[in-house]
Amino acid sequence: MKILVPVKRVIDYNVKPRVKADGSGIDLQNVKMSMNPFDEIAVEEAIRIKEAGKAEEIIAVSVGPAKAQETLRTALAMGADRAILVEVEDGVDVEPLAVAKILKAIADEESPGIVMLGKQSISDDSNQTGQMLAALMGRPQGTFANTVEVEADSVTVKREIDGGLETVKLTLPAIVTTDLRLNEPRYASLPNIMKAKKKPLDTKTPADFGVDIAPRLTTTNVSEPPVRQAGEKVADVDALVAKLKAMGVA
Amino acid sequence: MKTLVWVEHDNSELKDATLSVVTAAAKLGEVHLLVAGSGCSGVADQAAKIAGVGKVHLADDAAYEHALAENVAPLIADLMGHHDAVLFPATTTGKNIAPRVAALLDVMQISDILSVEGGKVFTRPIYAGNAIATVESSDAKLVITVRGTAFDKAEPAGGSAAVEAVSGPGDAGLSSFVGSEIAESERPELTSAKIIVSGGRALKDAETFEQFITPLADKLGAGIGASRAAVDAGYVPNDYQVGQTGKIVAPEVYIAIGISGAIQHLAGMKDSKTIIAINKDEDAPIFQVADIGLVADLYKAVPELTEKL
Repeated sequence: MKILVPVKRVIDYNVKPRVKADGSGIDLQNVKMSMNPFDEIAVEEAIRIKEAGKAEEIIAVSVGPAKAQETLRTALAMGADRAILVEVEDGVDVEPLAVAKILKAIADEESPGIVMLGKQSISDDSNQTGQMLAALMGRPQGTFANTVEVEADSVTVKREIDGGLETVKLTLPAIVTTDLRLNEPRYASLPNIMKAKKKPLDTKTPADFGVDIAPRLTTTNVSEPPVRQAGEKVADVDALVAKLKAMGVA
Repeated sequence: MKTLVWVEHDNSELKDATLSVVTAAAKLGEVHLLVAGSGCSGVADQAAKIAGVGKVHLADDAAYEHALAENVAPLIADLMGHHDAVLFPATTTGKNIAPRVAALLDVMQISDILSVEGGKVFTRPIYAGNAIATVESSDAKLVITVRGTAFDKAEPAGGSAAVEAVSGPGDAGLSSFVGSEIAESERPELTSAKIIVSGGRALKDAETFEQFITPLADKLGAGIGASRAAVDAGYVPNDYQVGQTGKIVAPEVYIAIGISGAIQHLAGMKDSKTIIAINKDEDAPIFQVADIGLVADLYKAVPELTEKL
């Protein structure tokens, strides 16, 4: 079985995004970029499935600018076998629907048993691509995975839902999206980083798959959220109790 | 515009999350509801009473009992033949189903809207709420998830909509429900609690968390939350987590105890009406958003607070 793992290059999660003064978006100049954290979890999970002898090959895919090669090399250094970059011009944002269409075309060629991807990117926070891909492929989806168990012709996914956990059984091929607590991704070792440089990386374009990436949504403005003003500090618990009582709490 | 709202329920009770979505949908036009489930006609009756609802579609079928996206998405896509927009609460159920519907309709979904600015213009948070984007859709149909805390709840009584049975393709045969582990608790759910007491890494371990946070929450009739650090350290289960990757909450009062205020936590609670922070580090970022701050050792202050309330 093959596992397809889409990964996205985003602002590193430790960096506080800055809104551009002209309201056109987020300033990405000279900002540290990394693999989307949920995608790292997806890569890790795919590797663990392969290590357990339940998959033969892991293919990492990224739809993004030329620099997304670095993100793919990270996936290869972690343990993916080969990579496909679907390159778009720097600065072009490809919406989840178009990404899902590209992934569908790749899945048609590669016939993976599982497509494992992050539940959302920490950039636009859409949380759509996996579910859309599942719909386009006509296959089942196990979103927000907390535990994944692969069997011969099915995968059982324990999902993080509001209020607890839910378990679903999906017929393969299936789409799984990862939540935070599925695993802790490994760091790539130096020898593996060196080895990753020699692993195959194909470059394609959306046009190769006949996918139109023209956006359906137009972002007319990006602004800072309303800033919350710091209030006052109280001296002790009695003063806090007085405040709470004045507010009608307790 | 004719809108369809996904009703969140457990086959017996309609969930509050639905009411905020009705408010958002009413800003777009006529509001129809969809109750999809099994043995859920009681929910349809509750749905019909929501003020401002024009019609309730009831799809009662064993295939819809657990709201499996593979089964309900085609049903909704069919109904979209007669509706211009479909709106879901941005709950784990809504987030699971909505994009599947959007892809079936070849529509780019608008996730987690905060406001309706005009016919097809909405605001939504990006980068964990560090920025707010205004987006306009060019699609013929709209597929939307709604952030519940951004809209007032519609009145759950006063309406008298007609209930109409509908049917869809049923079981897609791709997936099955195995089971669920839902935390049983007398406590209010985080997303609907009026008061939340939340603990952070400073609570040291599960026993200490329980010992200091629970009595205060009990006294206030509050829901209990936690920072990601506290969840990752295993003090409490993951469904307690408030933050960008956990639950987005906006209670009347949010009491943050031993929480430093990482960006990812603030993203989940900064729309609370009043934020109270107790932390011994006076430079903790949580104080920059807190309305009332108390710089104190939580191990002394929290028991004292619990006693004096």
